Amino acid sequence: MANIISDETIEYVSILAKLDLSEEQKEAAKRDMGRMLDYIDKLNELDTEGVEPMSHVFPVQNVFREDVVTNGDDSERLLSNAPEEQDNMFVVPRTFE
Amino acid sequence: MAKQYETVIGLEVHVELATKTKIFCGCSTAFGGAPNTHTCPVCTGMPGSLPVLNRKVLEYAIAVGLATNCDITRYCKFDRKNYFYPDNPQNYQISQLYLPICRNGHVEIEGKDGKKNVGIHEIHMEEDAGKLIHDDWADRTLVDYNRSGVPLIEIVSEPDMRSAEEVIAYLEKLRMLIQYLGVSDCKLQEGSMRADVNLSVREAGASEYGTRTEMKNLNSFRAISHAIAGERERQIDLLESGRKVVQETRRWDDNKEVSYPMRSKEDAQDYRYFPDPDLTPVRVDDAFLQEIRDRQPEFREEKMARYAEEFGLPAYDIEILTGEKALADLFEQTTAICGKPKQVSNWLMGETLRLCREKNVDASDLCFGPENLAKLIDLVEQKAINGSVAKEVFEVMFEENIDPVSYVEEKGLKTVGDEGLLRKTVEEVLQNNPQSVSDYKGGKQKALGFLVGQTMKAMKGKADPAMVNQLLKEFLG
Repeated sequence: MANIISDETIEYVSILAKLDLSEEQKEAAKRDMGRMLDYIDKLNELDTEGVEPMSHVFPVQNVFREDVVTNGDDSERLLSNAPEEQDNMFVVPRTFE
Repeated sequence: MAKQYETVIGLEVHVELATKTKIFCGCSTAFGGAPNTHTCPVCTGMPGSLPVLNRKVLEYAIAVGLATNCDITRYCKFDRKNYFYPDNPQNYQISQLYLPICRNGHVEIEGKDGKKNVGIHEIHMEEDAGKLIHDDWADRTLVDYNRSGVPLIEIVSEPDMRSAEEVIAYLEKLRMLIQYLGVSDCKLQEGSMRADVNLSVREAGASEYGTRTEMKNLNSFRAISHAIAGERERQIDLLESGRKVVQETRRWDDNKEVSYPMRSKEDAQDYRYFPDPDLTPVRVDDAFLQEIRDRQPEFREEKMARYAEEFGLPAYDIEILTGEKALADLFEQTTAICGKPKQVSNWLMGETLRLCREKNVDASDLCFGPENLAKLIDLVEQKAINGSVAKEVFEVMFEENIDPVSYVEEKGLKTVGDEGLLRKTVEEVLQNNPQSVSDYKGGKQKALGFLVGQTMKAMKGKADPAMVNQLLKEFLG
């Protein structure tokens, strides 16, 4: 494996992804990420001079909707997915900036 | 000699677009609905739901770009900005990083030393987040996603401003352009326009920029001015005492008039942007662009020139009338009906704005229409009612949009045109106030005013004051 992921990197990435990894999982993730980067290195060997970066798998563009209200109050169904609700709102742990 | 410092300011301005529906789904954007009643699987980030771009959002963003002299990006895309926060149910915000819709623009502002340009780095389209409500009692947080997915444009300026005055001038300029486009009402207090201030200081004459901070939560021009003054001072104090400015986001506390750092360095922002695969790219062709260009309205500067030329209004009137799009519209519509531009202007600048201030009503929320204002002006012109009655009627109209003609009729407010009755009343008033009569004859001009007042009172306010004046003078000979 050409790419070696450091402990700092895997810790940083798990913080960003909000993942709490065990030592074992960390090691596995380091190996997986290293392999992914190796694969990217392989792809980078291709000459992509003059090729536009792809942003969508199909050659489609300009898919729009008109500015017309089509949705009504569906809050009962949506809130049925909430672990807990209060006053028609989703309850989450105390959050502040 | 103490060092001289220059303040360098750039702005990120978020504007909520006045579309009927959200940017990527058919939910209403109406403000004030019961919590979560304007939501669907798309704007609550349910797995498998697919966003589709609202065409109006694209049109509005391009219209603002054209009004700010930007290059319109003919092939643009949306990107995901990844972060975890409960106001954002998808765990990413759909925004534009790589190919924003508008770039390289500028607007002209009135600076300290005359006109200057403020560069626009870019304008991009993105979605707003939901609203968090903190339940202090239960020590938990509630989320309302009605605002989630409401369309925004973010206008990023170049660091071209040097003072709070220039920042306010720039914001006013943007607000006017956007209001005239009808793309947003741009109310700082209500959050439909939000400004984040990026500020750094450097020694006068230096060519490098200093380290900047970003200030959030500024929801009035006053807060912006105070925050700029405070942050300039804080940074200069740091530098003077040999310390460094730390690049960070700070939150302005408007009550205490101080700012606090919001995010710590360990929590450095790393948004890992990547193109959103759920949305297709947007290609803006010539025809579409021309269509938007053709629809651009008459902007403030053009309107100002036309008002001077077409209506011959004083510069002061024009400044005030065109300073609020709603006021300018009402002026034009009313003038079109009654053909008396100066009278219309007087009613709008005088009584209308006075009542707006007194009753805390925004000029864009006035309830009366041009027809009724025109009718009121005609009533005064025809001397059917006098000035003070007209003000009373206007006050009712301001509150309830009554038809002034039928209101005057119903309440019997018409000026009494019966000269016989008026003569009789004047005679009585003179008989009952011999002291004032002799005062007047003795040269006291003020006594006449008192007698006019007494006559008006006896006529229950329904007389033409000019006629009362004339009759009194006639009798007093």
